[in-house]
This record gives sequence, C-alpha cells and structure tokens, in this order.
Amino acid sequence: MAAPPRPESVAMLEKLVAALTAKGILTEEEIAERQAITDRASPETGARMVARAWTDPDYRRLLLSDGTAAAEAMGVTMAGAPPLGVLEDTPTRHHLVVCTLCSCYPRAVLGYPPHWYKSAAYRARAVRDPRGVLAEWGTHLPDHVEVRVVDSTADYRWMVLPMRPAGTEGWSEERLAAIVTRDCLIGVALPRAG
Amino acid sequence: MTEAGAAFAPGARVRVRDDWPEERGPCHIRTPHYVRGRTGTVERALGAFPNPEDLAFGRPAPRRRLYHVRFDQRPLWNEGHPRDTVLVEIFEHWLEPLAEGSP
Repeated sequence: MAAPPRPESVAMLEKLVAALTAKGILTEEEIAERQAITDRASPETGARMVARAWTDPDYRRLLLSDGTAAAEAMGVTMAGAPPLGVLEDTPTRHHLVVCTLCSCYPRAVLGYPPHWYKSAAYRARAVRDPRGVLAEWGTHLPDHVEVRVVDSTADYRWMVLPMRPAGTEGWSEERLAAIVTRDCLIGVALPRAG
Repeated sequence: MTEAGAAFAPGARVRVRDDWPEERGPCHIRTPHYVRGRTGTVERALGAFPNPEDLAFGRPAPRRRLYHVRFDQRPLWNEGHPRDTVLVEIFEHWLEPLAEGSP
C-alpha cells in the first residue's frame, strides 16, 4: 500500500493547480476528466484488443500496423497518450517488455503498471537474463524460440500480442479476453486455455 | 522501405555512439548504457519525436528520427541464449553507419 501523501506535498499540488488554472493552461474539469480516463484504464482493455485480434483478421492487421488507431477503435481515448506499438508473438518468437531507464508502460490500454515492473531488479534482469526472469513466472520457452526483449526507451509504449492457445477453438471474444492477463500483455506469462 | 528522410533503412548495420554525456554535466539521455559503442541492426524507422535531451530541460526540442534497433543478446552480456535479441528505441543522432563486413 502507498503511504498517505505528506501534507506539504498536497499543499504544493494545490499551489501548482492554482497557478496552472490562473494562467489558463488547464481547467479543473480537464484535470477531473484526465483522472477519470486514468482510473478507467485497465488490462481488460488490452485483453479485449487481443481477443478481437484473435478472431478478426482485419482488426489484427490494424492492431499490428497502428496500435493507437486499434485502441481508439475499442473506445480508448488516446489523445495525449504516446503512440502504442504492438509486438506479435509467433511460434518462433516471444516478446518481453521492460523499461530499463524508468517505467514506461502502455497505461492507456493496461492501466497502472504493477510494482514489480518498476523495480530495479526486474528492469536490470529482464534485459540481461530474460529466460531466468520468465522461468520465475513459470514461463519456459523451447530453445528454438527467440526471446526478444523490448526495452521501452523512448516515445512508444509497447504491448504484446500473444499467440492464441490451443484448446480455445470456437470460444467467444469475451471468453478469450478472460484468459489474457496483464502479465501476458507484458510478456512474462502466456495465456492458457485451462 | 526507407521512411522519407530517414538516414537508415531496415536491415542497415549501425553502431551506437560510444559517448557518455553524463560525464560532462547534467543531461537526460534515452540511450541505455548497455548499448553504447555496440553494433546492431535497424529493424525499422518509428517516426520523429522532439529530442528528449532538450525537452527534459525545457529547451526548444527539434524533432529527431527514432529507430527500432535490434541487438543480439550474447555479445551484449557475454552470456545468454544464442537466439535471443534486444530491441531498443534509439534516436538517429546516436547512430553511426557501419560498413558491410565490419565487426
């Protein structure tokens, strides 16, 4: 749990907001709207995008060529958000996302990052020993699969499009979305049918 | 296909500048230490974005080309799986062309 904010932090925030509104840079309504957008964002959005890509080839093409447009097509507000890139897993390639420099994360479609994603240990180890990190999540990949670590260092935010697991033939989009967890969208875990 | 105005096409071999601005004073660099001076391959151009090195200090920030550059895991760390790779977003001014056949 996060500690409650210190009174001096709250006072400083109030002064900053007062200064920005006095200068006409933003309004209280804009702040409230942005807070609502941020609170609404959750990994369920990314999961719905993946499930739709698994069942709709046109949407899959859009998702891979323009992640931002694909998010907007699902009703996500992407105005002001960094561009979204989507990484396609294949039978011979698995993606793992990390931000070694800070904690860049596709918040618009995954919500707040988990605490471990921001930890020094994950950031250092994911890029150097990805198979060791994956093994700790119970994700073991055969030798013929390339592990491609994607270090989110600049202006894009990255989400993984995992492979649809066997045993999900005929499933509805809703049922498919339910097996796509946050960890699958970062690439530390794989979706499972059972 | 080379993006209009991009110096590097997909597949181009590049070397990341072996430069350490951190030693010269305050700065904000988005090129990770572990790829400086290392050799990689351009995967694709990602467009152009205001230079974060200026943006961080509130200076006028000209747009710079950004690339996805791929590195083999093993040469970076002297360990790891021979098939594994790292994909990093790197700005054009951090990349130098590498002649065919260079190490």
